[in-house]
Amino acid sequence: MPINNGQLPFEKPLVELREKINELQKFTQEKSIDLSDEIATLEERAKRLEHEIYGNLTTWQKVQIARHPSRPTTMDYIRHIFTDFMELHGDRLYGDDPAIVGGIAKLDGVPVTVIGHERGKDTKDKVARNFGLPHPEGYRKALRLMQQADKFGRPIICFIDTQGAHPGVEAEERGQSEAIARNLREMAGFQVPIVCVVTGEGGSGGALAISVGNRLLMLEHAYYSVISPEGAAAILWRDAAKAKEAAEALKITAQDLKRLDIIDQVIPEPKGGAHKDPVFQAKQIKEAIWTALEPLFQMDRDQLVYDRHEKFEKIGVYHTVD
Amino acid sequence: MLKDLFRKQKKYATIPSEQAKKEIPEGIVKKCPQCGNIDFAKELEKNLKVCKNCDYHYPLSAPERIQMVVDEERFFEFDSNLSSADPLSFPNYTKKLEADREKTKLSEAVVTGEGTIGGYPAVIGVMDSRFRMASMGSVVGEKIARAAHQAATKKYPFILFSASGGARMQEGALSLMQMAKTSAALEKMHRESVLFVSVLTHPTTGGVSASFASLGDINLAEPKAQIGFAGRRVIEQTVRQKLPEDFQTAEFLLKHGQLDQVVHRSKMRETLIQILDLHSGGRVDRADQ
Ligand SMILES: [Zn+2]
Repeated sequence: MPINNGQLPFEKPLVELREKINELQKFTQEKSIDLSDEIATLEERAKRLEHEIYGNLTTWQKVQIARHPSRPTTMDYIRHIFTDFMELHGDRLYGDDPAIVGGIAKLDGVPVTVIGHERGKDTKDKVARNFGLPHPEGYRKALRLMQQADKFGRPIICFIDTQGAHPGVEAEERGQSEAIARNLREMAGFQVPIVCVVTGEGGSGGALAISVGNRLLMLEHAYYSVISPEGAAAILWRDAAKAKEAAEALKITAQDLKRLDIIDQVIPEPKGGAHKDPVFQAKQIKEAIWTALEPLFQMDRDQLVYDRHEKFEKIGVYHTVD
Repeated sequence: MLKDLFRKQKKYATIPSEQAKKEIPEGIVKKCPQCGNIDFAKELEKNLKVCKNCDYHYPLSAPERIQMVVDEERFFEFDSNLSSADPLSFPNYTKKLEADREKTKLSEAVVTGEGTIGGYPAVIGVMDSRFRMASMGSVVGEKIARAAHQAATKKYPFILFSASGGARMQEGALSLMQMAKTSAALEKMHRESVLFVSVLTHPTTGGVSASFASLGDINLAEPKAQIGFAGRRVIEQTVRQKLPEDFQTAEFLLKHGQLDQVVHRSKMRETLIQILDLHSGGRVDRADQ
C-alpha cells in the first residue's frame, strides 16, 4: 500500500533525499548562503539512488506499482490514445457489466474496436465497477463487440487490467466458466488483427478472456499470473503474507513472460511507473500498438487467424522423450 | 529405472484392459466416502466403481475410464512421450512430478489417443486426477491441443473426459496460456464441423472448466461432480453468505443451463454411442462444399 503522496514503501529513501534537497534549496534562498556544491552532490546521489531503486525493481515492487491506486486505467488510455470513442453497452443477454468497457474509436483516423477491464477511479466508481472484476455478462459484452468488429473488419485493441473474474454465486450460475471459455475459442478465430496490452494486473483466466491476440504486449511493470501471489502463497505455505516469495517463484513480470516467449513486447514505463506520467505512458502504448498492427495489416483474413493460432500453439515448455 | 518403464510404455499402443489390471487398488474392501458403506473392491469394480448404496461415483483413473468406455483393445495412445519440464525451477515441482509418475505409471495427467466406441471411431482424451490433481501444465495443454488437431484432420469426433483442479501453478503463465492454446485448437475443430463432446467429471474447476471443458457441442457430466470456475472457499470469503447445498454440482449446472445432461456412469457408454450415432451419416453438406 502506498504511504503519503502515493509513494510506495521502497521509494522512501528517495523521497527523503528529495525532501532534504528541497530544504537546502529553501535555505539557500532564505539565508543567501551558497550551498550549490552540497546540493549538486545530493542531486547526484538522488540520481544514483533513483537508478538503483527503479533500475532493480523486484517482482513484488512491480506488483505494488501495477496495483498503485493512481495507475492509469483503461478509460485514461482510451482518452489519450484514441479519438471519437463511442462507448457501447450490454451483452444483449442479461445486462451491462461496467467492469469491462468497450466501444468503437479511431486510432489516428482508423476505426477500431476497443475493449478493456475498468477498475474505476474514485471509491464510488470502483464499487460500481466491482473493482474491475467482471461477471459473465462483461465477457459476453466483450464477445459481442468483437464479433461486431469481425463483421466490419475493424482491428480489435484490448486493455487487460484485472485481478481476475469475479468469484461469486451469480457469476457461477450464469456460467463464468463458459463465458471465459467461449471468448478464448472465438477470439482464436476472428479474421481481424487483435492486439492486446496488459496495462496493470493480468489476473488469471479473467484477464486471459480478452487477451487471445495476434500480439500480446505488456507494460514494463505490469504482471500476468495464473494465480494471485497471495493465493499462491496460501496454497504453498498456508500463509498469504508470503506473497512476495510466491510472486518471485511464479515468474509473473513482463520481463519473465518475454523470456518465456509468451509476450511479444515490453512497453517501457516512466521512472517509477505509469502513474508518474500517464500522457507519456499513453504515447508509448500507442507507438507499440502501431508497431504491432503494421505487419498485421499486411495479412489477409486467413493469415490473421493462422498467425494467432500459431502464436498460441507454440506456447509451452516440455520434454519429448525418444 | 522409471525412465525404462516409460520407454516400454510409449513404444506400443496402450491396451487399457491390461493397463487397468495393474491399477486395481490393493485393498480388498473399499469404504464409500459419501455413505460409509463397505464394499468388496471386486464388487465395486463390477459396478463401475459406483456405490450400490448411495450412488457415489468413485474417481476413475484414466486407464479405468478408457476400459469402461472404449471398445476392448481398441485404444491407441498418442504422445505418451511428452513429459513435463520445470521451466520456472519452481520449488519441489520436479520431485512432485516424479512421485506422481511413479504413483500413477502415467507420464502426465491426461491420456489421449484414438479408438472406437461402439464401433464408431473417435479421438479420446481422459484426465487422471491422481496426477497433480490433473492440473493443466504445458504437457496437458499440448496433448489436448494435438488430440484436437488429430480429430480435425481425421474428422473424428473428439470425446474428452475432464477432471482437473485447474491450472498448474508450478508452470505459472505457461500454464495459463494452455487455456488459450487448447481453446484455439478447438476453434479449428469447430470450423471443420467436427463434433466435440465434453464430459465433466469430479472435479472440473478453474482454468480447465474455463476453457476446453465448457466448449463441447454437447456438455455432459457425471452425477454430483463438482464443476465451477472459482473455488467454493474463495466465493464464501468474497460474498460472506452461505452457499446453496448443491452449489457447483453437476445438477446445479444442469438447472442453470450450463449442461446438456447429467449421465450416470452405467449409462455413459451407451449415451456416447447414441451421440456418435446421431452424428454419423445423413449429414447435409453446405452448398459451397
Ligand atoms: Zn455410498
